[in-house]
Amino acid sequence: MIEPRWIDPASAEWPVRLLHLESPPQGFWQLGTIGALSPSVAIVGSRRATFAGVEIARSIARELGSAGIQVVSGMALGIDAAAHTGALDAGGSTVAVLGCGIDVCYPRRHEGLRSRIVASGSVITEEPAGTPPFKHNFPKRNRIIAALAHAVVVVEATERSGALSTARWAADLGREVLAVPGSIRARQSSGTNLLIRDGVRPFLGIADLLEAVPELRSTVPESALNALPLGSRGGLERFSPPLREILARMGTQPIHPDQVGVALGLSPALVASRLGALELAGAVMSLPGGLVARTV
Amino acid sequence: MIACAISCATRGLAGVPVTVEADIANGLPGFAIVGLTDRAIQEARERVKPAIRNAGYKFPQRRVTVNLAPAELPKEGTGFDLGIAIAILRAEDSSLRLDGLAFLGELALDASLRPVTGVLPMARCLAASGVRRLIVPVENAPEAALAEGLQVLGAASLQACVEYLRGEGTLVPGVRDASLPSSEPEPDLAAVRGQAQAKRALEIAAAGGHNLLMTGAPGAGKTMLARAFPSLLPDLPSDAALEVAAIYSLRGTLRERPPTTSRPPFRAPHHSISRAGLVGGGTGLAQPGEISLAHRGVLFLDELCEFSRQHLEALRQPLEERTVTVARARAAVTYPADFMLIGASNPCPCGHLGEAQGCTCEPRQLSAYNNKISGPIKDRIDLVVSVPRQEYRDIFEGADEEPSAVVRDRVEAARNRRGEVAGHGNAALTGREILAAARATTPARRLLALSGERLHLSARGFFRVLRVARTISDLAGEDRVGEEALAEALHYRIEMAG
Repeated sequence: MIEPRWIDPASAEWPVRLLHLESPPQGFWQLGTIGALSPSVAIVGSRRATFAGVEIARSIARELGSAGIQVVSGMALGIDAAAHTGALDAGGSTVAVLGCGIDVCYPRRHEGLRSRIVASGSVITEEPAGTPPFKHNFPKRNRIIAALAHAVVVVEATERSGALSTARWAADLGREVLAVPGSIRARQSSGTNLLIRDGVRPFLGIADLLEAVPELRSTVPESALNALPLGSRGGLERFSPPLREILARMGTQPIHPDQVGVALGLSPALVASRLGALELAGAVMSLPGGLVARTV
Repeated sequence: MIACAISCATRGLAGVPVTVEADIANGLPGFAIVGLTDRAIQEARERVKPAIRNAGYKFPQRRVTVNLAPAELPKEGTGFDLGIAIAILRAEDSSLRLDGLAFLGELALDASLRPVTGVLPMARCLAASGVRRLIVPVENAPEAALAEGLQVLGAASLQACVEYLRGEGTLVPGVRDASLPSSEPEPDLAAVRGQAQAKRALEIAAAGGHNLLMTGAPGAGKTMLARAFPSLLPDLPSDAALEVAAIYSLRGTLRERPPTTSRPPFRAPHHSISRAGLVGGGTGLAQPGEISLAHRGVLFLDELCEFSRQHLEALRQPLEERTVTVARARAAVTYPADFMLIGASNPCPCGHLGEAQGCTCEPRQLSAYNNKISGPIKDRIDLVVSVPRQEYRDIFEGADEEPSAVVRDRVEAARNRRGEVAGHGNAALTGREILAAARATTPARRLLALSGERLHLSARGFFRVLRVARTISDLAGEDRVGEEALAEALHYRIEMAG
């Protein structure tokens, strides 16, 4: 059992970036093996995310993790959890900033995720031990997420989401903010679309992030940089023409197989067969509720 | 003086011939019935006595003892009334000829005969045990006439019956079909607009006997699709149709379903049904439940997640063994329950998962909801298909849809192709059998291996996919399961991603 440590501005591990805040924390409790110093990107978003959103957050975090960029998030349900998971899956490190005491696991079901984070990253909080997850703690902790990160990527957020407060803190601190665009009809993307309208850079792929924050490019080893899929799309050549035809018809929004059939004039048997093949190839994901979404 | 008449009891779907023995002895006047009887049979004393008197015969003013043999078999119901009355009359009047005859029917106080339940299975049993003529109430005659190998005579009253036995009168021979209402037409698949994928899944289910789950928002058309499903199934062979009619006869619900129809039954119990109503039970000897009434047909459970977990658990054994054994205080009874399960459920508690307006359920609610189905009967469901809500446009302007008859032809062709393994279709193949029957091509094998790895298919899931793929190939008229069929089967699998 690792004991939580108290890190204050006098400690060697103190992230200087926190001092950019007008009201930096007095210090924070840290539980984990890796400090919060390395180049970091925050991935934040809705707790009640769509399955597609969760998948996007996970894949961004996976790419960052494998490039050696630390992923910062808030360990909440939905996008936050997917961000941590993606980074951990890629063998990267991740920092979870909590809105409760260091000894409190909130939400409770993230017990497993929390211990994974502690093992290859760290969990930090400025709240004293035993503090329950009070509502008013979360905007405070959002400022730490924003300060720690070089850039903030908002994956999915409604207009009232806490993720937007993180984005505001980041903008005030002069950090780059990027937002993953969504359909103008998707409620879960209304917040991110508003950000884009107000001038935030849209996130279409990891290349956008590296372009926005050149420091990241310099900290990432050359080899990892080459491994990154900088062009966000493409690579469809590996599929046979009938499968490509289906993929081309599927947008980012999940759709029902019947719609694919109508659009392409295919029999339901063929649609199902091709979707099955695409799913097996990892290019399509079927979501609870019967819709299918493109994942490449 | 002693006399015997033959009657019949039921035990499950099987009958047991019962000898009604009547003894008339000197002593204080009295009337006793013995032989593990229930309340209805004890009350027969108060029906038989006035009926005999009102028919114009004399009830013996002596000590009357009636024994229903075999005496260790529990018996119930009012069908023994006629047999008891005839045995008593025969004890005093040797001109009645009872050779090769059996009697079923309830007596009214005015000596007329009333119909009873379970006549068809009893008639079949009596025919098998060597009875040549069976006298039943007129109303039961058409139903009893379905049994092969014995002559059925319908009697309106005790007098008519007695006169016949004396050789003085005649009785109406029972004829099949007579006066029975024909079955209502089944809803046609063409009545459902759109839903191409769901219809395809129904076709596969019908061709292979697979159990199917439909998920979709309220009002999307799941119920309509399910009700049209029986119209895709071929007619029952005559022995199966008779078996089904026997179950309905036992429940006394032949009015709902004409015994002569060869269409597979369709049952759609509401989720508030009791466990006994669903799997069989009740006081005394167990009655067949909805799953037995759906024997050789379709059991449709709408709002599957609203059924209690105990109910769904109770379906597990019948789905596995195709029979159900219900143990009650008096005896354990086995009924056939070889049905196809069609389930329908909302995708989530609020019903809007996967729709534009979005789902408002908490993740915790969602997983609890999914666990409810997945736990008990997931293993037995081969196909899952989503039924999206239809656009206004599609409902009113869609193209003409394929009628059920066309789909049914394809289903029959696919079934004939497989030569029907014991009449249960591909869904009943065991792991070893399906491996042999699939004859998967090399690319299909490769795909299958890949799916085990990528989609985390369990061994059970693996065989389920293979069975469905076998049916898809049957529909396509292919001998070997190819890549396309396998990929399509994978698309309908129950294991959810993520």
